[in-house]
Amino acid sequence: MATLKVPISAKDHIRGNQNAPITLVEYGDFQCPYCGRAYPILEQVLENFGDYVRLVFRHFPLADLHPFAQMASETTEFASSHKLFWETHDLIFENQFKLSESFLIEIVESLGLSGQKLLAALEAGTYTSIVRESFLGGVRSGVNGTPTLYINEERYNGPVEFPELVNFIETVLLKQAR
Amino acid sequence: MSILQPKVKAPDFTLHVTPDQTLSLSELRGKPVILAFYPADWSPVCSDEMSLFNAVLPEFRKYKADLVGISVDSYWCHSAFSKNSNLHFPLLADFEPKGKVAKQYGAYDEKTGTCERALFVIDRDGTIVWSYLSPTGENPGADGVLEVLENLPK
Repeated sequence: MATLKVPISAKDHIRGNQNAPITLVEYGDFQCPYCGRAYPILEQVLENFGDYVRLVFRHFPLADLHPFAQMASETTEFASSHKLFWETHDLIFENQFKLSESFLIEIVESLGLSGQKLLAALEAGTYTSIVRESFLGGVRSGVNGTPTLYINEERYNGPVEFPELVNFIETVLLKQAR
Repeated sequence: MSILQPKVKAPDFTLHVTPDQTLSLSELRGKPVILAFYPADWSPVCSDEMSLFNAVLPEFRKYKADLVGISVDSYWCHSAFSKNSNLHFPLLADFEPKGKVAKQYGAYDEKTGTCERALFVIDRDGTIVWSYLSPTGENPGADGVLEVLENLPK
């Protein structure tokens, strides 16, 4: 059974109730169509469970397959330093087909951030190692593709679909309740 | 037959990498070798094992290990797939006789006529030190391989 090797910490990007009993971690690639597909599904899952589930996103760019994935991840880290991680994350997934350097600049500017500063950070590789660290943590945890989900630290191997995820999480909640 | 287990000498083989180049396992002696058998090129990418291993390759290289992918696809198929996925390690064609090498390693699925998802780590002397067969439909990650490489004698 593959388990999360990097515990959740204050450095993570967490959405939802910080003290939720269920933590859903997604290792994702911003240019991956399967992650694009998972984006609204995970949103629905969160909505469904309210305070019971929190979502954590961790970077797992497959750079050789997806030329803009690394750049997109670094862009969200740049935005994160201005407390705008999730807004940027959402805008990227909602517009995956437009993904390019200029589009990423457009996104951050639409959020009131400086496109120049983003470009400078990308060129300097300011956020390269933080993304790489996330990637390596994922490898160690047994990530086997994108998206790979962990539910309370155990890799979820089922379909990334609303009914199956809801079912699975309900089972975990029931077990917890005993 | 189940997959070959640790302590067994890894059977040598020679397979095509390209139409006019072959690669033999014995050529890689002297460094750890990772053999990744997989069912087919062109399965849904992003969840595909070869792309994942490709992204982890720099970590394998830290241990001076070589990585080789093997499926029953032809070398033309491998060539196109490799280019498309930008792979930086060779794919071998266990094409003719079909699955001969996979069978030697106990990694051939007779039902589907493709290789199982089986991983082997071979030490620099040519002995298997670790092997893993993934449950049907599940891609193995790279964590098992990395752990083994870490624990190999330097």
